[in-house]
Parts: sequence; C-alpha cells; structure tokens
Amino acid sequence: MQLGAVFFGLGLLGRLAARIGMSPIPLYLIGGLVFGTGGLVELHHVDQFIHLASEIGVVLLLLLLGLEYSAAELVTGMRASWLAGVVDLVLNATPGVLVALMLGWGFTGAVAMAGVTYISSSGIVAKVLNDLGRVGNRETPTILSILVFEDLVMAGYLPVLTAVLAGVGFMTGLKTLGIALAAVTVVLVVALRYGRFVSMIVNSQDREIFLLKLLGSALLVAGAASALQVSAAVGAFLLGIAISDTTAHTATKLLEPLRDLFAALFFVLFGLSTDPKSIPPVLGWAVVLAVVTVVTKMATGWWAANRAGASRYGRARAGAALVAHGEFSIVIAGLAVAAGAVPDEFAAMATTYVLLMAVLGPIAARVIEPLLVFSDRRLPRPNWARLRTTTERRSAEEPS
Amino acid sequence: MNVEVTPLPGIGVRKEFPLAASRRRVGVIDHKDGTMDLIVSKPDNPDATDQISLSAQEASVLANLLGAPQLVAQLQEEHRDLDGVTTRQMAVRSGSPFADRALGDTQMRTRTKVSIVAVVRAGHAVPSPGPEFLFTAGDVLVVVGTAEGLAAAARIMTDG
Repeated sequence: MQLGAVFFGLGLLGRLAARIGMSPIPLYLIGGLVFGTGGLVELHHVDQFIHLASEIGVVLLLLLLGLEYSAAELVTGMRASWLAGVVDLVLNATPGVLVALMLGWGFTGAVAMAGVTYISSSGIVAKVLNDLGRVGNRETPTILSILVFEDLVMAGYLPVLTAVLAGVGFMTGLKTLGIALAAVTVVLVVALRYGRFVSMIVNSQDREIFLLKLLGSALLVAGAASALQVSAAVGAFLLGIAISDTTAHTATKLLEPLRDLFAALFFVLFGLSTDPKSIPPVLGWAVVLAVVTVVTKMATGWWAANRAGASRYGRARAGAALVAHGEFSIVIAGLAVAAGAVPDEFAAMATTYVLLMAVLGPIAARVIEPLLVFSDRRLPRPNWARLRTTTERRSAEEPS
Repeated sequence: MNVEVTPLPGIGVRKEFPLAASRRRVGVIDHKDGTMDLIVSKPDNPDATDQISLSAQEASVLANLLGAPQLVAQLQEEHRDLDGVTTRQMAVRSGSPFADRALGDTQMRTRTKVSIVAVVRAGHAVPSPGPEFLFTAGDVLVVVGTAEGLAAAARIMTDG
C-alpha cells in the first residue's frame, strides 16, 4: 500500500511539474525528503524495492544518455568543443572542490562535490531548448557540444569516483582508471566501426523480445563493468553509445517511460535517505555554491558562444541554458552516499544544491533574454546603436 | 546555394541557408525521431529563430507544396535550350480512357516519341514512373517531347 501511495504521489507531482513547465526532479527530491528519515511521514517497508529500482534507474539513465549520441557525434563534438569543455570543467568543478575542502570533507568529498557542481543536466537543458524554441538558434550547437563533452567526461570520471569512494590505494585507483579509459576507447572504436553489428544483435522486430534483449544486455554490461570496478553506470553509457541508428531510436522510445519511472524512484530514494533536519546547517553554503556556479556556468556559455560568433543575446542565452543541474549531480551524490565515504551533510548539500539549480536553470533560461532587453531599454548605452549595427553587419558577413 | 549542415548531438541535424533578400536564415531541423522543425531566423535578432514543429507527414506535404511547381518549371528550364524539346503538364481527366489503366497501355513512347517523366498525384510527385504505373483520374503528367509529339500525347490521353 505504501508503494502504491509513493507511485501515486509521484504521478501527481510529475503532473504538477508539467503544469508549471519545470523539471519534475526537484519535486521528486522534495517528495523523498517528506517521506524519509526524519520527515513528516516515515516509510519503512518500501525501502528494498526502491533500492533495487533506483539501481536500475541509474543504469537506464546512463543507457539512454548513451543512446542519444552516436559515436561519430561524440568524436566530432569533442573536436569542436574540447577547449570550451575544459573551460567548463575548470570553472564549474572548482567551486565544488573549494566548498568541500572548506567544510572539511577531505579529498573524497572534494572529488564527489566537483562532479556535482560540474555537470549540467543534459535532460533539462535539451527540454528547455525545445520548449523555448531555441533548437535552431546559432548558439545551440555550442551548448550541445559542451553537454557532449560533459557526458564524455562523466565516462572517465565515474570510475575514478568509484575508486576514490572505495578508498583503494593509488595504484589500484590508477588501474581502475586505466581499465575504464581502455574500455571507453575500445567501445568508441567498436561503435565507430562495427556499431551496426551491436545494433543487429540487440535489434528485434518483436517489441517484447527487443525490450528483454535491451534490458538484459544493459544489466549484463553494467554488471560486468562493476565487476571490473568500473562503475555500472559507465558500462550502460558505453553500451548506449555502441547501439546506433534506428535501433537506438526504437530503444529510446521503448525505454523512455521505463527510465522515467525508475529514475523517479531513484530521486525519491535519494530524498528518502536525506534527513531534512540536516539541510538548514548547509543551506547557506548551498546558496553560495548555487550563486557561484550560476555565474560560472553563465561565463562558460558566454565565452563559448562568443567563440562561435554569437551575438550578445546568443551568448547570454547559451550561458543561461547551461545553468540547470539535475539527474547526474544526484547520480554522483548517490554513489558517494551509498559508499558511505562522505559525511552526512554531503547528501543534504547535494540535495539542496540540485533543488536550487534544477529550479533556477529553466527560470534563468527563460528570463535572461527579457532581462537583457529590459536593461538595454532602461539603461541606453551611448554605443548601443553602433553595437547593434556591428553585430548585424558581422552576422550578415559571416557565411551562415 | 550553400546549405549549412550543423550536427546537433542528441537532437538531430540542422540544415539552413541564408536568404539573399531579407538577411534572414531559413532551414529545417531534422530530428532523430523523424519529425521536422521549420526554422526561420528573427529579423531583429539574427541568432534566434522561430521554430515550427511539423510531423513527418506535414513536412512532406509542405515539401510538395513547395516542390511540385518547381519540378515542372525546372524541367521546362532545362529543356528550353534544346531545340524543339518542350515540357508540358497534362491532366488525366475522369473521362480519359487511361484512367485506372497502366502507363504501359498508352504505348506513349512508341506512338509519339514523348516521355512521361513524372506524375504528380495529390501534391506528391512520382518521378520516372514505370510502365506498370497505374493512372488515376486527377493525376497530372509531366511530359517531355517535341511540340507535335506533345499534341499527339494530349490527344491519346483524352481520346485513346
């Protein structure tokens, strides 16, 4: 009965989120907080099921992320965006590291927190771009290529994180990283050359068989990856990359509702395991971190779009689009919390931070343009007319 | 015309080109799931675009609205320089003896030396139809040949 109540509650929350046009992730987290340890109502019996479901949720999240990209897109995307990607990494991982060190969470906490503040939510960003009709804009390829870079960095970062969390020595950590990097390379090569065959093996006309094969292979690969001490999530991500073309489309269509269901449970579990009472002490720092990373993400987008020749508005839009954080910050925090290698405040901090960023992201993307227009009207710059004509002339001259 | 093709990882491909007259860009976004967006950049903000979502079917109807007249015009253009060769459209009327019969039955090429290069049906162009192609009343044939040949072809299509 409790499980039914959880599902039904999630459904209502999701609908509420859709109504007000935002990502449901923050609401799921809040739902988890309310029902969790020290919350208003405590749920006891559903834990085991939700645990299993949330593990499947993470595998599905990463599998679908991999399905979104073809290996060719990843390679060309990397080539186009590596510099912007590095700027993004440095600017946005640093605040997390600094705050973690300041709060005395040590090396492990710093590594985990770096991931939490670094990675934007490609799910929320893509949805926001589509909702606001910005897919065709000039700055959009820049935004997407930064997201691709982030997702690839994730593939390298997760095994490192798993090794650090397990508290293994330097050499073992290095070995894990080596295995992970080798696996990434092998998969990219296989996917580029023989992606058709991987797709052929998984593909089937029958939906049921297809779904079974797909889920089975995802869990198999994820299991094998975690046996090799490379995180299960990375295995799923790599499998997703290797599956291509029509198979990938069908797979995405079939798996999306499943992912949404299991991922929702994953967010709830994370909320469940966070004690709401632990939030107020870290609230201040979470707000500071949110403000700082909004600024750094804005700066990243601005800088990258500027390189791509976007106008002032385009640059601002690119920056604002990147602000949203969500599922992957929670995946990282979830790994850290599950390993028990970080203090309790860590979960509270990650929850609060993602709550803030998942709500702020779509809002920032929406208001940035009206804000700029408003400020341009209210504070007319002496060179505004000149600036506008130069941007227009530049864009007219550029071969577009 | 230079069509700029930009991959949008995770979304699809953007194809667009600049419009000479209005300093705007126009193009499509080819989504991975088969849907299409028509995009037109805004005049006051050249980086931003209006995005209109089209289903696969809507996209193909729009393409034919834009493309079918072009096909005839292009063929006429191509054959204008060739002496004595013209392109003409002729309709298969409901009273035509060849409505509901195969293209091969007309023996058009042997009798008049003209070629039926395309059939436009309900806004869709069927290029190079084969002898087994079944005519329906309302089809528009795009026919290439000499002036006399075309006149003879028109007679065949109405009188048999």
